[in-house]
This record gives sequence, structure tokens and C-alpha cells, in this order.
Amino acid sequence: MDLAFSPEEIAFRDEVRAFIAENYPAELRGKQDEGEELGKAEFLAWHKILAKKGGWSAPAWPTQYGGPGWTATQRYIFSEESARAETIPPLPFGINMVGPVIYTFGTPEQKAQHLPGILAGDVWWCQGYSEPGAGSDLASLRTKAERITEDGKDYYIVNGQKTWTTLAQHADWGFFLVRTDATAKQQEGISFLLIDMKSPGITVKPIITLGGEHEVNEVWLDNVKVPVENRVYEENKGWTCAKFLLAHERTGIAGVARSKRGIEKLKAIAKAEQDGSGQSLLANPFFRRKVAELETDLTALEFTELRTLAGEASGKGPGPESSLLKVKGTEIQQRITELVLEAAGNYAAPYFREFPEGSNEYPIGPEFAHRSAPTYFNMRKTSIYGGSNEIQRNIIAKMVLGL
Amino acid sequence: MDFNFTETQGMLRDTLHRYLADTYDFDKRAAMLKRDGGRDPGVWTALATELGILGAALPEAYGGFGGGPIDTMVLMEEFGRALSVEPYVPTVVLGAGALVETGGAVAEALVPGIIGGEVIIGAGFYEPQGRYNLADIKTTAKKDGAGWVLNGHKAVVVAAPFATHLLVSARTGGSQREAGGVSLFLIDASTKGLVRRDYPCVDGTLASELYFENASVPADALLGAEGGALPLINKLADHAAVAQCAEATGAMKKLHELTLDYAKQRKQFGKAIGDFQVIQHRLVDMFMEAEQAQSMTLMGTLRLDDPNREKWVSQAKAKINKGARALGQWAVQTHGGIGITTELAAGHYFKRLTIVETQFGDLDYHLGRLEALI
Repeated sequence: MDLAFSPEEIAFRDEVRAFIAENYPAELRGKQDEGEELGKAEFLAWHKILAKKGGWSAPAWPTQYGGPGWTATQRYIFSEESARAETIPPLPFGINMVGPVIYTFGTPEQKAQHLPGILAGDVWWCQGYSEPGAGSDLASLRTKAERITEDGKDYYIVNGQKTWTTLAQHADWGFFLVRTDATAKQQEGISFLLIDMKSPGITVKPIITLGGEHEVNEVWLDNVKVPVENRVYEENKGWTCAKFLLAHERTGIAGVARSKRGIEKLKAIAKAEQDGSGQSLLANPFFRRKVAELETDLTALEFTELRTLAGEASGKGPGPESSLLKVKGTEIQQRITELVLEAAGNYAAPYFREFPEGSNEYPIGPEFAHRSAPTYFNMRKTSIYGGSNEIQRNIIAKMVLGL
Repeated sequence: MDFNFTETQGMLRDTLHRYLADTYDFDKRAAMLKRDGGRDPGVWTALATELGILGAALPEAYGGFGGGPIDTMVLMEEFGRALSVEPYVPTVVLGAGALVETGGAVAEALVPGIIGGEVIIGAGFYEPQGRYNLADIKTTAKKDGAGWVLNGHKAVVVAAPFATHLLVSARTGGSQREAGGVSLFLIDASTKGLVRRDYPCVDGTLASELYFENASVPADALLGAEGGALPLINKLADHAAVAQCAEATGAMKKLHELTLDYAKQRKQFGKAIGDFQVIQHRLVDMFMEAEQAQSMTLMGTLRLDDPNREKWVSQAKAKINKGARALGQWAVQTHGGIGITTELAAGHYFKRLTIVETQFGDLDYHLGRLEALI
């Protein structure tokens, strides 16, 4: 057992660090970590640059699909370096979610059609899973896909409503769970469809969240015609893809590297702020203790994740243990936003929706404070999405503890 | 011992409750906040004239009903329950509170105006560098003939954008964090040299940064003794903190009710989510926080004249800050995705409870004050 990186790994780290330093667009620096809302081009800019560097946009993809073929340790190093530089990571919907589903379960045609666009960042994907009546109980979804034949070709006619569809306002394609057999047991009548978001009958409606963001949407499907060849895996076996995807979604969700960076920033903020007695907030014993506790929790999470990575490296897929990473990872992410909010003090209240473009005017209060409350509100989502933390505990209870 | 409200207090509660239930219904509130200027000034006028409640806690000598903090508690709990953005704390608790304490011609002129709804006051006790320390004041007031000239910056002054007067602390002596040398001024909002930067807050209220740039004010702008205002400012802030405890209690109880209703209606896995024990226990925890908030609000209110006032107020605010955060987070978590949208009331209560925590002392501030008093 050895914690130190090998010389090769150190060389890899230096290569990644140098590549980011030389190629990350200056205008994007620090943007997402400040809690600002990003436009489509901003989300994709770094993704496109990484893709051209031998598939660095998709660290976990096998080389045959254009991935870099990294070891688990290399992936860990890459994510650490990315967080350190506060890069805008490629969106998860293509790279971490539908991509692995397609290369694991898809037809050769589906792979050829979709994987290059995902890898390159040319095609924006969204996830059509949750429904108003199917949240934690995802398998109760009711969006219906009925098969028809028209001019000798087979189609599904899809009707229903999806919700919490993140950034669907920009999406070119979506992957949807739909019910293809209403008579079967819940999980057994579901299929996994790839749907062109420009298809007639699709309406995307914004949902505005507490910080004023337009991040999530309702997606309405009204007689949307989808070629049968857009179904991934067998009809009525979509739940297999869904489960596979959820397990993959959970591994990245710990967010250790980003949280490390978040704590660094928290400390910098607290150092610059005063506590009201003339000393810095970071020197204040109450605040300092909270930071120390948070750092301790993060180290525990980091080493739990490293153990999981080591397990993966020796051939074990992500198992139900990854639920632990999701629960603890999101608790830490939320705790960071709580402490930033506390650091803002009276200045947590002012609400700056628009940061004037090109304005030199300093925002009211310290700069970090103007997004502190919206970010705190927004990050409550993390214990809800990707399978709520209650569901993650159910998974551990059932799959790990056998309860 | 008697924890019952008087008949008058009961009527006060019912009157305000009925009025706010209609005026502050979810859609009407949303429409109100979207208006030009970010509020409906008619609501405050109605509270003063139609309901006639703004004088409930103020002395009869000024045209009030002769009540006190208990009446304020009754009103604030209803304001909290309705998620009101009305300026009761800065105008009545702080503004009228300061005037009644210091008395004189200014009080006689202005308190009736407060009760009548024409005088609205924003209170600026905090500064950007001072966090919650009321003595950390860099704003200065220098004698200039008969009057004073103010220079400095006051942070996040709630209600200032539409206030007729501003109540601010400034140094007439002493160094930055010294207890002595602090004075209290009530100045006209149209004073030359007072620059406001107005903005909305995340909870729907309105506030300003106040910049004094050689602002000249008359001699009678000084309330109370020159250089000796800190004890009064501390007392006023304690009254405001307890009033906010009452507001938070109302908001917590309402948010608990909303969450309980949701848990009974929302079905997943073939049953109401309230049938799951983990949800039941969370709803019970929320209930216990709301009940303790109620207890601490009552305790703080009844002990505002106690010699150990600071201890009791800090205990109340500390307990409620902690409970409000937990209850708010649990409410959102129980609602799931819909809880972080602007579409249901729950999220808006969560936002207000979050900001209550940051006003008149956060948890660390009040625990710190308590530790110093042990």
C-alpha cells in the first residue's frame, strides 16, 4: 500500500497542469465556481478543447470510443487538477450518463451516430427521467410510448411529461425513460429512448429555482414520433440501462476535488472578512472550528472515494457503496455553501440577479457575498437529485446491509 | 403564571391574520413584489388606517394602545406566517422604539406619524466591516454650528428605499469599537449628502446601502445623549431580535404545516411519503423545532426588561437561528425538487428563514455573547 504517486503519475499530473494552464480560456476562469449562470457556448468551450486533446473530455471512456484510456489514478489526478484550476467540467449528461449507456448497450449504428458528438461536445444532451409523479419512485413513470408502423417503418409515439430536466433549453438530444408496456410490472415495462429535441411535439418550459436561476425545465411530449432504432437495448429492458446509469452518475457525484477547492476559497473569504472584533473571521474560534470539522469530513470522504477507486482499478464496478459517496459528498458541498453564507453576514441578503456586463461598479458588500444566498439555496438540490439522499440510504440498507 | 393573551391581543391576532391571509395570498404576494418599486405601499397604509394596529405596542401618550412587546410578538408571528415584507421591525420596533425611549419634541412629532402610517423608518446600525458588532462604527458625526455633519457607510438598511426617515448610529467620539462615543441620529431621508444605493433582497424585502457624504443634519436629529447611545442601540437591537424570533416562529409553524400537508398528499411507491418513518421522524423534528421556537420567543419577549436581558435574548435568537435553518432545510428536502423552485410557498419561507438568521446577530454572534456572560 502506497499513497505516493509514482514518477509516471507525477509526470502525468504535470502534463495535465501545464495543459490546463496553457489552454484554459482566460475569460472562463473561475466563472462557474463563483456561482454565475453560464451560457451554452461557455459550457462547451473547454469540453471542445479537451476533446481535441486525445479524448480528455471523456476520462472514463474506453480508447475504442475515443477515451484517453486512463487508469483510475490518472482520472483522479485529472479531476484534482481540473478542480484546482476551477475549469468548467464537461456536462455530465453526455459524457457520464448517456455515453456509457450507448457504448455498453447500444447498437453499432447508435455508437457511430452519437458517441463522436458527445465526445467532441458538439451535441448537447439532456436527461428525461423524473416526472411530476415519479421522483424518488422513478419506476412509476407514466410517459407512454406506443409502437406504430408508417410507410413500412416502425416508430414510437411518445406522450407525457418529464420534469427537472437540467439545461434542456440548450439540448439537441435527450435520453428518455418511457413506458412501452403498461401491463408489465413497473420496472419491466420501461424502455430507453434517444429523442431528437427538435422533434415536433416537444415543448420545453422553464422552472425558476430559488436563486432566480433557469437551470431546470419541464419537457412536454405530445405525440412525438421517434424511430424505433433510437431505442437503446431491448424493448421493456430500459430499467437495466437506467440502473447502470444511476450507478455511474453517483461515482462522480462525491465532488471531492471541487469541494477541496471550495474550502480553499471559503478560507480565503474568511481570512479577508472581519468577525466584528477586529480580527479576521478565519481567526475567530467558532468559525475556525467549523472549517476544521468540514476539512475533516472531506478527508474522510476523499479516502473513502480512493478506496472505491482502488476497488474499481482492481476490476470491481461501482457498487452500492457509491451511495455513501453521494450522501457524504453532497452534505459537504452543502456545508461549504452554508459557511460561505455565514461569512457573508448582513450581506447575505442583497440580491444581485444581473451582474452588469463590463461594469466596473463593485457589487454591494464583498464580491463573494452577492451569490452566497442563491448558491446556498441552489445547492439544496444536491441531496435531492441523482436519487435523493433518502433513496441512497435505502440502497445501502438493502444492497449493502441486507435489511 | 399566565401565558394567555388578553382579549385585545387575541383580537389583534385575528384581525391581522384575516387581513394578511387575503392580502398576502401566494399569487398576490408574488404580484406585489413584481410591482414597480417592489412593494405595495397601500398595505402599510391599510395596516395603519383600516386595521389601526401600528400603535398596538406603543404608549397611549403618543396615540398608541399602550401595549408592549407581547403585542409586537403577536403581530410579528402573523407577519412571519404570511411571509410579509412590511417594515414593522425597522419602523415600529426600532424607529418608534428609539423615539419613545428618547422622548421630546421629535418623538411627539413623529410617533403619531408612525402609528398613522405616514412615517416609515429604516434603521442602519451595522457597517460593512463590523459584522454584528453594534459598536464597530466608523461613521462619524461632527458638530457643525448647531447641527451635525455625517460621513460614513451603513450596510443593508432594510426598508431604506421607501423610508421617510433613517435611524443611524454614528461616532461623535471614541475609537472604532469603543463602547463610548456612539450617538444615535434620526435623519430625514431627503437630507442632502445622503446617497442611497437601493436593491431588493433575496427574501423579497428592500434595502439600501447608505453613504453619508458630508450630510448636514439639524441639532434635533440627535436622539438621546451625545456619545452615550450604545446601551440604547443594544436594547433596540435586542427588541428587534426578539421580534424577528416571533416572525421566524410564525414562518416555521407555517412551513411545517405546508410540509406536513405535502407529505400527506405526495405519493411515491404507492403510498403517501408521510407513511415512511424517515419522513415522519423528520416532520416530528420540525414540529419540535417550531414548538421550541415558540417557547423561546415567549421567553425572550417576557424577559426584555429583565436585568439579564442580553442572555435571554441571545438564547432565544441562537435557538431559533439554529432551528430555522434545520427546519427550512428539512422542509425543502421533504418537498424534493419542487421545494427549491419559486412555484410553491415552501421555498419562499425557506429563503426568509435563511435571511432572518443573518439579521440582528447570527448563531455565532449570539453564542459568543452567551459565552461571555457565563
